[in-house]
Amino acid sequence: MSTPKQLPRWADLILLPLVGLAAALLLSCGVIALLGESPWQAMRLMVDGAFGSQESIGYSLFYATNFIFTGLAVAVAFHAGLFNIGGEGQAYIGGLGAGLVCLWLGHWPFWAVLPLAVMGAAGFGAAWAFLPGLLQAKRGSHIVITTIMFNFIASALMTYLLVNVLIKPGQQSPETREFGSNSWMPFAHEILARVGLDFTATPLNLAFVLALGAAGLVWVFIWHTRWGYALRVVGQSPEAAVYAGISPSRITIMAMLLSGALAGGLGLNELMGSQHRILIDFPGGAGFVGIAVALMGRNHPVGIVFSAILFGALYQGGSQLTFDMPRVNRDMVVVIQGLVILSCGALENMFRQPLTALLGRRRKSGEGRS
Amino acid sequence: METYTLMVLLLAATIRVATPLLLAALAGMFSERAGVIDLGLEGKMLGAAFAAATVATVTGSAWLGLGAGMVTAIALSLLLGFACVTYRGNQVVAAMAVNIMVSGLGPTLALAWFNLGGQTPQLDAAGQRFTAVVWPWSQSARETPFPGLLYAELLSGHNLVVYLAAALVPAAAWLLYRTRFGLRLRAVGENPQAVDTAGISVTGLRYQAMIISGALCGVAGSYLSIAASSGFVRDMTAGKGYLALAALIFGKWRPYPTLAACLLFAFTDALAVRLQGVALPLVGVIPVQFILALPYVLTVLLLAGFVGRAVAPRAIGVPYSKEK
Amino acid sequence: MVEKITVLPPALELRSISKRFGAVQANRAVSFQVAAGSVHGLIGENGAGKSTVMNIVYGFHRADDGEILVNGRPVKISSTQDAIAAGIGMVHQHFMLVENFTVIENVMLGVEGGPLLAEGIAKAREALAKLGKDYGLDVPLDAIVGSLPVGLQQRVEIMKALHRGAQILILDEPTAVLTPQEADQLFRLLGRLREQGKTVLLVTHKLREIMAITDRVTVMRQGSVVAEVETKDTSPRELAEKMVGRSVLLQVQKGPARPGAELLTVSNLEVRDAQGVMRVKRVGFKLHGGEIVGIAGVAGNGQSELLEALAGMRAPVGGEIRFGGRDLVAEKIDPRGRRELGLAHVPEDRLRVGVVTSFSAQENLILGYQDHENFNRGLLMNNQAILEDCARKMAAYDVRPPQPGLRIAAFSGGNQQKLVVAREVDRAPTVLLVGQPTRGVDIGAIEFIHQRLIGLRDAGKAVLVVSVELDEILGLADRILVMAGGEIVGELSRAEATEEKIGLLMAGVREEKT
Repeated sequence: MSTPKQLPRWADLILLPLVGLAAALLLSCGVIALLGESPWQAMRLMVDGAFGSQESIGYSLFYATNFIFTGLAVAVAFHAGLFNIGGEGQAYIGGLGAGLVCLWLGHWPFWAVLPLAVMGAAGFGAAWAFLPGLLQAKRGSHIVITTIMFNFIASALMTYLLVNVLIKPGQQSPETREFGSNSWMPFAHEILARVGLDFTATPLNLAFVLALGAAGLVWVFIWHTRWGYALRVVGQSPEAAVYAGISPSRITIMAMLLSGALAGGLGLNELMGSQHRILIDFPGGAGFVGIAVALMGRNHPVGIVFSAILFGALYQGGSQLTFDMPRVNRDMVVVIQGLVILSCGALENMFRQPLTALLGRRRKSGEGRS
Repeated sequence: METYTLMVLLLAATIRVATPLLLAALAGMFSERAGVIDLGLEGKMLGAAFAAATVATVTGSAWLGLGAGMVTAIALSLLLGFACVTYRGNQVVAAMAVNIMVSGLGPTLALAWFNLGGQTPQLDAAGQRFTAVVWPWSQSARETPFPGLLYAELLSGHNLVVYLAAALVPAAAWLLYRTRFGLRLRAVGENPQAVDTAGISVTGLRYQAMIISGALCGVAGSYLSIAASSGFVRDMTAGKGYLALAALIFGKWRPYPTLAACLLFAFTDALAVRLQGVALPLVGVIPVQFILALPYVLTVLLLAGFVGRAVAPRAIGVPYSKEK
Repeated sequence: MVEKITVLPPALELRSISKRFGAVQANRAVSFQVAAGSVHGLIGENGAGKSTVMNIVYGFHRADDGEILVNGRPVKISSTQDAIAAGIGMVHQHFMLVENFTVIENVMLGVEGGPLLAEGIAKAREALAKLGKDYGLDVPLDAIVGSLPVGLQQRVEIMKALHRGAQILILDEPTAVLTPQEADQLFRLLGRLREQGKTVLLVTHKLREIMAITDRVTVMRQGSVVAEVETKDTSPRELAEKMVGRSVLLQVQKGPARPGAELLTVSNLEVRDAQGVMRVKRVGFKLHGGEIVGIAGVAGNGQSELLEALAGMRAPVGGEIRFGGRDLVAEKIDPRGRRELGLAHVPEDRLRVGVVTSFSAQENLILGYQDHENFNRGLLMNNQAILEDCARKMAAYDVRPPQPGLRIAAFSGGNQQKLVVAREVDRAPTVLLVGQPTRGVDIGAIEFIHQRLIGLRDAGKAVLVVSVELDEILGLADRILVMAGGEIVGELSRAEATEEKIGLLMAGVREEKT
């Protein structure tokens, strides 16, 4: 009967995730203190490691690029009411698509390879998300479980391909040969050098711009097209969708295709931008970071870009920490990531209730009634 | 005779691989039967593996290690309960949070405490691990292929936890189907309102289920670090929690079929190891990865309703509130 | 010999029970007594507060104020356990059964009689056999509950209550899901319970049941008790009046109808609900331009499913819907296609179906029209046009506050409904389907919405109104169809229709010849 009072929009979009982040960081400081290091010192080192130099900024943004793609993937599915945990597998297979294009057409001019590689990444990623989407839409198979299963199947498939099919002959480690250098994403320092700016060499590359572009497109798609509208209606109320003549099952499949395509974008950054070959487990958990990024970014592209940069900084700053604090290693970043998911996602209600009460007391008027 | 020996060894390997799967699947059975999706099996096992290895290292006692593993996994389970039952948070999100957090926390603490790059020290001393229990006469029984070899390899020579896991299947079945607690637990996963109107606390039941799930995950994780191997290494669960969940679904949330699913999945794993690079008649070399992916493919097919139908407990994943 | 007159205290007495949910006063000083060993009826329209009373008695909700007495002694009921301990049992409208459990497991749940089941099962089996014999409750104890027909499932619920030692049995709308035959069986069972000294409280909105089985009846309206009478001293007509209230009909200003061409023809329509129950049975009718047709009926008699089938939200299993020269059923035209043909729909359940509560007003005003060319410019939506459209409709329909960007949940019920009506009426559809046009809507908005519907009629369009509010049907409709049990059981012109006539048809009294 009594609908819970609403938080004002600004508090919902900005204050709540910040409170969650603060709680997660506070707990992380506790862990660092437990390790016998100074939390304050650690945080300073991290911030410095992430933004202190051109090199660290480059690395931070390089990592952030991956997280923008996977965060957007989680968010698009989420707007349709779906929990896509399969970003890791979709990114893996999507990278295969981009990688195959680069392997075959690496001698073509870059402007011709790029669109094909983007299509390869998006197409392969989407294809890997298609079956879970279809099974959810038509047979009601729980998408959380199927996407997890598809992560493992993707991993097995890629291991097989890299070990048995795509491996560079006469080589031990399961990797392909290097892509033709025409197909490499231009590095940020190269691009900046062309306009006369000096920037340290880092893996940061054109894919960062592509990721920002993807974020922009997702924003336009979700809030400014009829298909995005339909997707949000299904996510909010399948009954209202049926009323409006929108087919929830078609939207489910569409959302998963898009989600997979976005996750596939990771390959553009990681493989075309940095590794220049396909190798085992290149997504490295970025698919799961996407969950944290999307939760923290409140599933909004702007929020996702910011939280992706935050996580990119955490990854870069975390590796910096390893050098200066021998008792802390990069895994600390994974702990923080888990704590962010916990406080911004699972324990959201714990913060929402007191915040709502606190803000509600200040503005007594009855706008919140329904 | 050669094939026979191979088969027996394969089955023995299957039992060893199946043990942690089975323990985790039984853990998941309790929480999922109570209506809480247990994607957190992975994290709870990993946390237990770390705690068990750490305490066994420090105290030199495998039993204390096991206890620490169980306490840790129960604590993580209660954290999930706090988020999902008390604060009615999203069960999938909460579980992912725990899994990710633990996967970072284990190596972090290990590095700080032992300074071995995120591992715990090798457990060598006597009593630090659960080692094989060799049954009487098994050495001499090995001479006679049948039934001696079966006795020596399949029945004898496993560690305590393996036997415990085997005993836990009938125990779980008994608890689930023959006791008041089991009746209520099954009811709360199907229709929590029915339980509530019958004057029983839904929250209380779900917390109890989470504690049991934690305890069993604790044993499963401890098995990995202080029985099957000798110490904790980064990500040593390697997806076993999810595989256990798949086995649970494959076993339709029932103890004995879940046991069968665990054995099947473990067998594919053991087989994959054996078949590495071996050419079979007719089909040639089967890529190991295909065999390893089989459990996941089967689970997807099952969920899609192509091989039987797995009907989950009806109220699973839905936080309970009186007002609906 | 002195005739010993045993003056038993009432089995259950409510004294001045009040309960408020947020802004809604669900119960206002509700008091009544239920005599021991009787079947007592509690009757009222949907939303009259009956269920709230029952949930308070059964410990599901807590009263803000008031007192409950069992057998003359005040009891404090703050949980379901307390209610069970006080000898109160309840059969909910939606059964509280675990469907994949056996009957005996369901009955035992909560009273297992020890930590191990085996012994408890044996004891329960014995006790249930006795119960079965005493009350003629014939239920297969080892059957899986989900496989039993609803009538038997209900008996399991009754067994559950009796097995817990209930002396007072509350049944909430027990016949809502039963066929007439099953309902008769239930009444015979209730009669036997009464003979054995149990007390039954029957909560319903169906007059037929009250007349058939109860000894006394309490009538509730708008959260208060408005009458308490001996059943034998009253009539369905009198009860219907009391239930609906003598409130003055809303005066709806309208001229006479001028029915024109036939616009929509429904024949032999059959619709099943999600559970596969046939909810609409061979329904046929016609709508003409220039008329408002009202469908009256007690909620749950197939009106919702009929409306959904007409709007294209639910596929019928048989029959035809002819509109604009097309058969909407055979051609499987979806809701969007129907809108394009000129068939608009204001749904019954505004908050779940009619709007997306988390969306802004302007986003909600394109729901169902999201593909319309006015709202799109190439690949993108034309937000300027959407905003202007919303602002214009807000002004034309006097929606307050006139802020297109405000979330729809922040508007009052009346303003939400005005927005929905604006969306559907403004395009001057040929036929408008309206479900519960003024549910949860304040008086001012009611009048406004009614005027718009009449305006559409006067423009030569057809309007079909489904409402459980008799006042509304009488005020708006030019022709009235009455639905009961999934069928159209009567048709009345506005001139011949009276509240009483419709009320009796609605209650299915027609066949009963009381």
